[in-house]
Amino acid sequence: MTPGSPIAAAPRVINVGLPLFVEALAGAGAAVVHVDWRPPAGGDPRLAALLARLDDAEESAGAPGEPR
Amino acid sequence: MTIGEANREALRRVQASTARLTGVALARDVVPGAGDHVVLHAGPPITWERMCGPQRGAVIGACLFEGWAKSADDAIGLAASGALGFDPCHHHRAVGPMAGIVTPSMAVFVVENAAFGTVAHATIHMGLGRVLRMGAYDESVLEKLDFMNRRLAPLLDAAIRRAGGVDLKSTSAQALGMGDEVHNRNKAATALLIRALAPHVAAAGGPDVERAFDFMTTNESFYLPLSMAAAKAALDAAASIAGSTMVTAMARNGTDVGIRVSGTGDRWFTAPAPRVRGVYFPGFGPDDANPDMGDSAITETAGLGAFAMAAAPAIVQFVGGSADLALQTTLDMYEITLGEHEAYKIPALDFRGTPVGIDVRKVVETGITPAINTGIAHKEPGVGQIGAGLTNMAMECFVQAVEYLGGGLRELGGGLRPPSETFPQQQDAPAKPALERGP
Repeated sequence: MTPGSPIAAAPRVINVGLPLFVEALAGAGAAVVHVDWRPPAGGDPRLAALLARLDDAEESAGAPGEPR
Repeated sequence: MTIGEANREALRRVQASTARLTGVALARDVVPGAGDHVVLHAGPPITWERMCGPQRGAVIGACLFEGWAKSADDAIGLAASGALGFDPCHHHRAVGPMAGIVTPSMAVFVVENAAFGTVAHATIHMGLGRVLRMGAYDESVLEKLDFMNRRLAPLLDAAIRRAGGVDLKSTSAQALGMGDEVHNRNKAATALLIRALAPHVAAAGGPDVERAFDFMTTNESFYLPLSMAAAKAALDAAASIAGSTMVTAMARNGTDVGIRVSGTGDRWFTAPAPRVRGVYFPGFGPDDANPDMGDSAITETAGLGAFAMAAAPAIVQFVGGSADLALQTTLDMYEITLGEHEAYKIPALDFRGTPVGIDVRKVVETGITPAINTGIAHKEPGVGQIGAGLTNMAMECFVQAVEYLGGGLRELGGGLRPPSETFPQQQDAPAKPALERGP
C-alpha cells in the first residue's frame, strides 16, 4: 500500500439504501452518510417502466434550450 | 406541452389563485344542478346501495329537512326507490365535509377565485358531535339545520356583503402563522373570520344576532368549509391541463376514496376507503369507526391540512401523535409535491412554503402517500362524530393514474397527450355570483 493513497486514509462512506450497513460502519467508528433511497415504485418493474416512460416523455419533448 | 410544462402551468394556477368569500346563498340558486330531489355527496360517485352508514344517515336527515320524507323509514324508502339523484359535490362546483350532503334548500358559502373565474361552494359548518355531516339526523340536528340555513344564512350574507367580502387566502395564510393547518384545526382562522364579520353582523341586526354569535364562537371549525371552498376554487383553475400529472382533487365517501388528476380531467381513480388512526371520544373506539370520509382532503390537495401540519403542532392533541409527527408529516409531503406554496408559510420551517401540487408519479415512485387530517364518524347512521385522526390516501388511486397516463403515452406512440384531452369542469353555465343577486 502506498502511503498517502486514498486507500490508506480512514474510509469516508456514503451508504445508499439499507440502513443496516450504516449502523455497522458507524459502530466501527467510520464516517458515514446515509442516503435514504429505495427502488422506484417499491421495486415493481412494471410500474417502474411506466414511470420511466413518463419521465422519458418529459425529457424528450422539452423545448430547445430548456434546462434539463 | 411537456409533462413538466403542464405541471408548471398547473402549479402556477394554484399559486396565482385568489379566494374571496362573497356571500351565502341557497344551493338551488347558485350550485349548478342542485334541484329537487338531487342529493350531492362527498367523494367519488356512489350509489345508495354501496353508501356507508353515516352518509346514509346524512341523506336521511337531508330528506327530512327538505320535507321530501316524514320519517327516517320514508327517507330510506325514497332513496332505495331510485327517486333521489345522487352525484358528487365535486361535479357541481361544491365540496362537503365528511358525508358532504348538499340539497337545494341548504345554504352555501360562495367563494370566488377572480384570477381564473372559478367559483366554489360549501355548506355552513354545524359543529362537533351529533351533526348531519357525521350521519346524525335527530330533532336537535334538524332544529340546528333550520337555524343555520333559514336564519343564520341570510344574516351572514348581509354581513359579508356589507364587509365587501372576506379575503380567505390572506385569512388562511395568517392562520398558519397562528397555529392552524385550516383543516382539522381552525381556531385562529375562525377567530379571524369572526373579527372581520362581527361589526357587520351587529349592523345587520335582527332577532338572530345573539344566537349567530353564539353559534360561530362556540364552533372552532366554523372556518373549515371556507378553507375547503377556497382550495376547490384554486384547484379547479388547474384542472384539465393536458399532460399534467398533478392531483386536483382527493375525496372520500366512506366507502371509496378517489383522486382526480389535471391531465385526466373528470375521471376518478378510486380504491376502498382506508381506516383512520385516531383519538376517540369517551365511550367509542376503532370498532365503531367508519372508514375515511369527506371532501375536506381538498385542503391537503391545495397544500394545507396535514401538508401544513408543521405549522400546527398543537393539533396532535386532537388527532393523536407527537409534535415531531406533525413536523415529519409536512417534511414527507415535500417528497411528493411539485413546489412550495408562495402564500402559505410555516414559521417553524423558517417560513418555508407548504408542500403543494401532488404529483402522482412521485407518490408511486417514493411509496409515500398523501397524509390527511380527518374526523371520524360512527359507522352506523344516526350517531355522529366519535373522534378525529390521521390517515393516508390509498396508493391504488395513484397507481391507477400512472397506469392510465403511461398507457395513454403508449397508445399514442409516445406522444405527450394523454387519452382524455379536455374536460369542462368549470365550463357549464356559470352560477350567479352572490354579490350580484338582488336585495
